Amino acid sequence: MFNIIATISGVLFGMGLAISGMLSPGKVIGFLDITGNWDPSLAFVMGGAVLVTVVSFKLLLKRPIPFFGDKFHLPSKKDIDARLLVGAGLFGAGWGIGGLCPGPAVSSLAYADPKIAVFVVSMVTGIIIAKRFFSNR
Amino acid sequence: MENFTPFLSLAGGLVLGISATLLFAGGRIAGISGIIGGLVPPSDPEKKWRLLFLLGLIGGAALYPIIGGDISYISLNPYGFADQLHFAALIVGGLLVGIGTQVGGGCTSGHGVCGIGRLSVRSIAATLTFMAVAGIVVFIIRTVVGG
Repeated sequence: MFNIIATISGVLFGMGLAISGMLSPGKVIGFLDITGNWDPSLAFVMGGAVLVTVVSFKLLLKRPIPFFGDKFHLPSKKDIDARLLVGAGLFGAGWGIGGLCPGPAVSSLAYADPKIAVFVVSMVTGIIIAKRFFSNR
Repeated sequence: MENFTPFLSLAGGLVLGISATLLFAGGRIAGISGIIGGLVPPSDPEKKWRLLFLLGLIGGAALYPIIGGDISYISLNPYGFADQLHFAALIVGGLLVGIGTQVGGGCTSGHGVCGIGRLSVRSIAATLTFMAVAGIVVFIIRTVVGG
């Protein structure tokens, strides 16, 4: 059952990104470029998404277990540490350079542009490197 | 602000929220970097739903123009880099995104949409950090490129 849920969730996510404009690095950079020709769209995307999750997650977490699974898989760490901030900083730098984060990068593979493939291969290489050499477990 | 798309962006955001809600109804966080990370060795035993989610992601984006959505807005090279420089930027950007999301435990979806949704202090701190750093990097590139 959860496999079906995950597939539908993925389709909605890809569709949501396409609707929102976030598949375009131009719109992402347009948001980050606050001193230039500013495009606030990304704030509306995040705002819309969080508006839903802030309510739905609270309601779902009232249940002892999820509807379609045996437990809620949540991060165990609670405090802000150096790893979190260094990692977020590196991610932010890469996001600013390419204008792509993981969701839009994978979704955009749909449009078969080799530039996206280059980014995704490089990103997965980064993930492999991080898991191999910078794992905290 | 002529590129601003408030209605479509808000609507897309709501769809993202619904997608994340659905996955969380199965106990999982819709964090794309985490979902990919679980497929990379040492991998998570639960691979199937991760692959299906990622295929769905590509399928959803593919479906959008088929049902009449407009994707002509997509601009892959907003800085107007020359070909070789753009290629280098995609490689360096990809590596940093890959490493950074694993070290920092999330990206725009995991920390941004889901983490902030559960009011996680770590996710709020991570989101503010990657937004700020990305903004500074964009400012520097814009200044150097002069665009």
